[in-house]
Amino acid sequence: MNHDAYDDNYIRSILNNVKSIAMVGASPVNVRPSYFAFKYLAQRGYDMIPVNPGHVGKALMGKPFVASLADIDRPIDMIDIFRNSSHIMPVVEEALKLSPLPKVIWMQLGARDDAAAEKAEAAGLKVVMNRCPKIEYGRLSSEISWMGVNSRTLSSKRAPIPTQGMRLSLNRTSFGGGQTAASDRAAKNKTETT
Amino acid sequence: MTDRLPGFSTLAVHAGAQPDPTTGARATPIYQTTSFVFNDADHAASLFGLQAFGNIYTRIGNPTNAVLEERVAALEGGTAALAVASGHAAQLVVLQQLLRPGDEIIAARKLYGGSINQFTHAFKAFGWNVAWADPDDVASFEQAVTPHTKAIFIESIANPAGSITDIEAIAAVARKAGVPLIVDNTLASPYLIKPIDHGADIVVHSLTKFLGGHGNSLGGIIVDAGTFDWSKDNKYPMLSEPRPEYHGIRIQETFGNFAFAIACRVLGLRDLGPALSPFNAFMILTGIETLPLRMQKHCDNAKAVAEFLSTHPAVSAVNYAGLPGDRYNALQRKYAPRGAGAVFTFSLKGGYDAGVNLVSNLRLFSHLANVGDTRSLVIHPASTTHSQLDDAAKVKSGAAPEVVRLSIGIEDKEDLIADLDQALRA
Ligand SMILES: Cc1ncc(COP(=O)(O)O)c(C=O)c1O
Repeated sequence: MNHDAYDDNYIRSILNNVKSIAMVGASPVNVRPSYFAFKYLAQRGYDMIPVNPGHVGKALMGKPFVASLADIDRPIDMIDIFRNSSHIMPVVEEALKLSPLPKVIWMQLGARDDAAAEKAEAAGLKVVMNRCPKIEYGRLSSEISWMGVNSRTLSSKRAPIPTQGMRLSLNRTSFGGGQTAASDRAAKNKTETT
Repeated sequence: MTDRLPGFSTLAVHAGAQPDPTTGARATPIYQTTSFVFNDADHAASLFGLQAFGNIYTRIGNPTNAVLEERVAALEGGTAALAVASGHAAQLVVLQQLLRPGDEIIAARKLYGGSINQFTHAFKAFGWNVAWADPDDVASFEQAVTPHTKAIFIESIANPAGSITDIEAIAAVARKAGVPLIVDNTLASPYLIKPIDHGADIVVHSLTKFLGGHGNSLGGIIVDAGTFDWSKDNKYPMLSEPRPEYHGIRIQETFGNFAFAIACRVLGLRDLGPALSPFNAFMILTGIETLPLRMQKHCDNAKAVAEFLSTHPAVSAVNYAGLPGDRYNALQRKYAPRGAGAVFTFSLKGGYDAGVNLVSNLRLFSHLANVGDTRSLVIHPASTTHSQLDDAAKVKSGAAPEVVRLSIGIEDKEDLIADLDQALRA
């Protein structure tokens, strides 16, 4: 699995198939990226569970915080980890103790732990690193095009009018897959500086 | 959902555009409105806080402009783009994100004369210093790097002489210095050169030229390659530090590989204000649909005209990278194999006066200060665009007194050659 660039179909199948998402490191502070992503994914119909031991007793968009993955009372399809690269491994280890196992480990933009990814993949999970599910959903649905972002997709079908709580189609024609000269260079720049 | 990579011409027609959600209109509508209603107070707050995707006010974004932005981002192979009022506005907005007073930019000495003015006068007044380097001598860029250097700026094909820049060599200098390479790709257009594939981190355009292509609308654009790590060494605080006006959001952390385009929009365009009119965006989008057809014709015509001039008795030299003997021919074959563009210069044996005469004798070529129109254009840089430069700077930027610049249009090449021939004989 190449974790420098993902094929659109890989991301698309994850976002089309998962229903419940536990967000580890979710913040109730409304200027944190985790808050934006949580809110957006909830509005797009995902069953969101905020995980953060520092905020137990509070709720995020009506969803009560839990202290750890083990405290979640229902099966979770995906774990979205909003922690620095150095805090990923313990979360993955905890995730691999769940029954049933989650299907996807997703590490946020800026977060990457190849050893943790290998461990999760060995257990049959899909892994995405250094991406934001909100951005990827917005890109594949082309909703993000309102901000001049290159969705790398085309469609000759009438566009939907995005409204609150609406699920958008992610099944537009992709071009360029995940890998471009630029993405390769970006990955290389990262490796050289870290 | 095939993952076939669409070709350039397909992207030029389709990228970014989709039938209108409410009416089904197939052409991109002109959303000629200043502002957009919010669903409710929470929606408004999310938009203002950069938490949701959507439209607020046309100074910050507009749906017609967004189609143009995505289209050019796709053609250039970038992650995102931001359309602005002119090419100069694009340069201003880019540098505002990168430089603080006392910082420096290294710029190629061969640039559009207006850019030389902008950098020398307006930017200097902001405390942004420019170090000039010779695009034909990569070492001169290396030597100009100091701890204050924040970016390197070059043109892919330089105005006015149509010289080709060794983008990869200069990109290597930028990488080593840890600064982004900005490439003005106006004269090449992505049809001829895609600077991001050669190491550019940011691409800017004057859309006024070949992209719009019809000489009817001003515009500019900034394309983010998504390749630069802005959080390194805290060198670019606009991107890496919390923004007080957005409740402490850090742009790079929140927007990842299109953070630069977002910074240009929500910090640059929002505060400096050079927004593109949606009507101009529509005109330019329509132009881009035929970019591949026009650009090829521009190049083919230019080559024929350059060949004609190179054998003309009144002409002492032709600078066209598409000619086999030209000093930039090898770089042209590497970077722009489809053609050397349509803007080039030639020198007249009769000097300054012959240049002035030629311009007044031409019947089909229009004497004006623009390039990249369907119509063929001519200018004598020494007496116009480059007249503010001193003689030494004129020569260095390729605008010596005997030099005439052409921008070859898409008319029949035989008519262009005949017009030049009669004017040179007159
Ligand atoms: C190479 C180049 N860059 C930038 C510009 C400035 O663009 P605008 O006139 O759209 O501000 C021009 C205009 O001639 C140009 O030729």
